[in-house]
Amino acid sequence: MSGGRDGRADPGRGRGHSLRAFKAILAKDLRVELRTLQSVPAMALFGVTTFVLFRYGLDRTTLSGGLAAGVLLATVLFAAILAINRLFVAERDEGGFDAIRLAPVDGTALGGAKAAALIVYLVMLEVITLPVFALFFLDSWAGLAPVAGVLALADVGLAATGVLVSAIAANSRARDLLVPLVLLPLLIPVMIAAANAAEPLLAAQGPAYGGIGKWVGVLALYDMTFIAVGFAVYDFLLED
Amino acid sequence: MPELASVQGKIEPPAPATPLAVSVSGLWREFGEMPVLCDVALTLHGGETVSVLGPNGAGKTTLLRVLATLLRPTAGEVSVLGCSLPRESWRARGRIGYLGHEPLLYRDLSCAENLRFAARLHGLPGDAAERIAELLDRVRMSRRADELVRNLSAGMVQRLAVCRAVLHQPELLLLDEPRSHLDPEAAALVEPLIGPGPERARVLVTHEIDLGLAEADRVLALRAGGVVAYEGKASGLSAGDARAIYGGAP
Repeated sequence: MSGGRDGRADPGRGRGHSLRAFKAILAKDLRVELRTLQSVPAMALFGVTTFVLFRYGLDRTTLSGGLAAGVLLATVLFAAILAINRLFVAERDEGGFDAIRLAPVDGTALGGAKAAALIVYLVMLEVITLPVFALFFLDSWAGLAPVAGVLALADVGLAATGVLVSAIAANSRARDLLVPLVLLPLLIPVMIAAANAAEPLLAAQGPAYGGIGKWVGVLALYDMTFIAVGFAVYDFLLED
Repeated sequence: MPELASVQGKIEPPAPATPLAVSVSGLWREFGEMPVLCDVALTLHGGETVSVLGPNGAGKTTLLRVLATLLRPTAGEVSVLGCSLPRESWRARGRIGYLGHEPLLYRDLSCAENLRFAARLHGLPGDAAERIAELLDRVRMSRRADELVRNLSAGMVQRLAVCRAVLHQPELLLLDEPRSHLDPEAAALVEPLIGPGPERARVLVTHEIDLGLAEADRVLALRAGGVVAYEGKASGLSAGDARAIYGGAP
């Protein structure tokens, strides 16, 4: 760890400091979420409520294949938007953007930490809602583990894209409107790929793995693309 | 304002040998098409204090945010601690202590957690535990170290914001009404942390004209609209002249 002379900050340490800043911002966000419970409980409640609505709205006690994958992924997507809208609230309302910009921290540390925090929220959401989904709609739980893997890949894409859009919208007065309007079209490829990958895993006759490799590849490619875009633009988004 | 016009442009004695902490020339800053700072010039050497005076809307806070690297200049040359802004903002950050209108503290973190977070962002050794304890002690906040910021009074938040601003021992302090919300006793507590000192240059925005003139080596007086009314040694501007700026039309 690089400390400065006489306990002063060392401005010469450059961008190697970013990992430490990433950890600090991530730890701060998780601590605040644990303390205030502003995002994850709302996402989980939304998810469970949506499953109840689908169950009675579709008037089906079991779902399988594409319909099951669609219900699950649409629910996760809309629950994620609740968290994405709140990602930069503290930075915007409590001066966090300025505090971070006053330190020798590059924008990727902030963007990366926010994406990591969002992934943690999504994983917690899925830990709570996947069993509820299975209880409500599935005859067999055999496909849940591989579906969780597909969801993990989708989470990375959701986080990479969500943080990008949330950062762009953070200083807009219409941010609550802007986030879903910009984000949802960008996430169409994630939804298509994840739904196609999950469909055979949730088949009525048990999980099948043929043909999912292509869609998993599409998901991975999408994730890498938006992670790369984030690395390229976070610094600019953070500046005036 | 003829008095001010007459003092502008006087030949000044040679500047001290200390390096320039701030050098600004021809600075313009606009929001949309509205100019907020118009052709501002300013020089400040290490260990010196410049007081920035002017009525509401004169661009004082905007100037401070430009110097803090938080706003880009629309035009002009700005150099802070030898770094040309905005190109070399990266090098200047971490050497500047900024105390603005907002405390830049998270309300759902405790006092100590906020300072630890700032220490980590600034890359201070360890968690800077000793430095944090020392600062909290100096502003008499040690007993409240574990209290959430949202539960503190405005004065306590300001004391904590002072700790945040000086935590990394900056070479340049940018202070925007640093005594706001502070009672006289609290103002005396923070004075050693943000007052004049040979190891730091200060840009002080204040409406307390007498105090601003007394503490300053130099004065930058802005009229409403961000036009420079006076820039030079503090001894070249009387309190009466300074007060006249507040009443003058842009």
